[in-house]
Amino acid sequence: MNNASFVSHAELADLLRRLSEQAEVWVPTRQAMTPHRPMFRPFQAGMDLDFQPMPVTSAKGVLFPQGEELLKFRKEKSLSEATVTTLLWEDPAVFRPTIVFGCRPCDARGFLVFDRAFLQGSFVDPFYKARRDKNLVVSMVCPEPDAACFCGAVGSHPADTEGSDVQMIPVKEGYVLHGLTEKGQEFLKNVENTPSQAQQEEARQVWTSAQGSVDSGASLTDDAQHFFKRFADTAFWRFHTERCLSCGVCTYLCPTCYCFTLTDETNGVHGERLRSWDACMFHHFTQEASGHNPRPTKAERFRNRVGHKFSYFPEKHGRFACCGCGRCLRHCPVGMDIRAIVRALGESEEVHD
Amino acid sequence: MTRTQLKEHPYRPHLAVIKEIIQETPTIRTFRLTWKDPAVSAHFSFQPGQVGQLSAFGVGESTFVINSPPTRREYLQFSVMRTGEVTRALHQLNVGDTVGVRAPLGNSFPYTSMKGRDILFIGGGIGMAPLRTLLLTMIDNRADFGDITVIYGARSPEDLCYRYEFDAWRAARVNLVLTVDREFPGWTERVGFVPTILAEEAPNPYNRVAITCGPPIMIKFVLAGLRELGYEDDQIYTTLERRMKCGIGLCGRCNIGGTYVCVDGPVFSGTALRAMPPEL
Ligand SMILES: Cc1cc2nc3c(=O)[nH]c(=O)nc-3n(C[C@H](O)[C@H](O)[C@H](O)COP(=O)(O)OP(=O)(O)OC[C@H]3O[C@@H](n4cnc5c(N)ncnc54)[C@H](O)[C@@H]3O)c2cc1C
Ligand code: SF4
Ligand code: SF4
Ligand code: FES
Repeated sequence: MNNASFVSHAELADLLRRLSEQAEVWVPTRQAMTPHRPMFRPFQAGMDLDFQPMPVTSAKGVLFPQGEELLKFRKEKSLSEATVTTLLWEDPAVFRPTIVFGCRPCDARGFLVFDRAFLQGSFVDPFYKARRDKNLVVSMVCPEPDAACFCGAVGSHPADTEGSDVQMIPVKEGYVLHGLTEKGQEFLKNVENTPSQAQQEEARQVWTSAQGSVDSGASLTDDAQHFFKRFADTAFWRFHTERCLSCGVCTYLCPTCYCFTLTDETNGVHGERLRSWDACMFHHFTQEASGHNPRPTKAERFRNRVGHKFSYFPEKHGRFACCGCGRCLRHCPVGMDIRAIVRALGESEEVHD
Repeated sequence: MTRTQLKEHPYRPHLAVIKEIIQETPTIRTFRLTWKDPAVSAHFSFQPGQVGQLSAFGVGESTFVINSPPTRREYLQFSVMRTGEVTRALHQLNVGDTVGVRAPLGNSFPYTSMKGRDILFIGGGIGMAPLRTLLLTMIDNRADFGDITVIYGARSPEDLCYRYEFDAWRAARVNLVLTVDREFPGWTERVGFVPTILAEEAPNPYNRVAITCGPPIMIKFVLAGLRELGYEDDQIYTTLERRMKCGIGLCGRCNIGGTYVCVDGPVFSGTALRAMPPEL
């Protein structure tokens, strides 16, 4: 591999400091609230960076913030007619360039799901697009996949470069960086050192061994094909979702979940229309005004989550809406395992209540 | 650093002014709107069946079908049933007030393919709204259609919308069959649920298209009734309701399998309904 740069452990903070003068740089850092695993946060000098364990949160909030303003308005009373109000717009939205630095290959691929949904459907989401246009992804070859990781079963692996502009490979003394896209090559101009022959060789070994380091079992593709055959099998869905608490943790941590809601907030004559994350695991998500709910219990809601990720989305966009990061099973309070449910779709024996 | 400001985007409504409010029933009000911006007035167009997101600023948005026909451009009409927060806020507005409208959204009835055929409308309650836009378009092009029969039911006489128009519909050779759930003093038309009246009327399916909208339970029995009468899937159209937020296929709320009611609907043929997973 040509066009490589090298950054040592000692130089890393300085590189991030320099980068954060041009862009908002999101890095995995340990916080007091998550002492054992990092979360993605905008870089600040003195942060406790940690690229090792899989971060609790994905970096999706960089391109799709948990809450954001879509509109700002001001109501104005008419002076001549007391009941009449008119409306004035105030344009919100200033978008800074962003760099996601040190996410996993699975998270980088997660953004590709967002791209399909927000850029390639009937409508383009201009807020996502504005952010995406000014975004760069530096992913890191995944050193230690854990028992919840299953990128291998969704067509990926821990050294995957898909969706990344730069790939970062951890070696003893620091990181070897490869520019993968034009943007990525441009980015490497920020990093002056080139790796030594030995560092290059070490990187090659890390890359090669990482590639095969995840044991995810067979591809989930074949199992997912049985989804519609199981659709109306209520007993199957009830049995497999019994423990679920409908808490939504799985969707909030998921790098490929993008459902949202729109709400208004006002303060006197000023107001905003906000977009915030929402989730199909919640009862009210599809609750209609008439009281009718097409997904009344967690069985239908979980079925929708499985269907969306492994059947509806792949059919429309040609890829799973799951990157196998494993966060939904790692952090589920009751240990629900979406992969096990997909695998069970194809099992022949009937499940009974 | 460059500053990006999004002046035009699909979440941003156009402003409209309430010109007239009609109290249809105790819980339904019709709003007749005109665009604030003359450029929007000049360019706005839609097809029967398409919907809009109506904003009561500060409270939120909700989905309503545009129930005026594209053949009548003096105003844009929405009928709003009061059920929750946004609809309550809309009901509190007065003539002259400003609302936001994101429209047109969604697909529409296949109007052109209905030309030259007999038509059967079957509506229940507020479900008459999406039928009205198509009915009036047909009335405005009456020579293009054969028999037009409308079966329209509500709980009680005062729950029927557009009562002030019934005479004009009939004058346009519309066979209007009205029904209410039970006997009411002074009510001289039919009594009984819509599917029952449909079975009694039994309009011949030959060269006819049936279009239905109403509460989910009514739609279910009407579809069964139509099939009983010999209507084929491709002769039947209905509109589906789903809770909507974005209206543009992004928020992920309104899907039935891989179908998004907000962009692929709200109008679906009987054939399309059969191809969807059973999650209505
Ligand atoms: C394609 C389409 C066309 C439509 N056309 C029309 C039309 O022409 N006319 C018309 O009157 N209506 C129409 N509707 C229905 C209309 O969109 C709803 O009645 C409206 O959105 C209700 O809005 P609301 O804000 O007042 O209700 P909301 O305040 O949002 O809520 C209404 C109800 O939703 C439920 N709900 C909301 N939030 C929660 C929660 N957090 N937890 C549990 N339950 C909750 C409750 O049952 C509540 O009473 C249409 C809908 C669709 C999809
Ligand atoms: S699967 Fe687990 S994390 Fe997801 S909603 Fe259910 S209990 Fe919560
Ligand atoms: S569904 Fe689970 S494993 Fe798949 S991307 Fe989402 S959080 Fe990761
Ligand atoms: S209403 Fe948002 S996807 Fe249909």
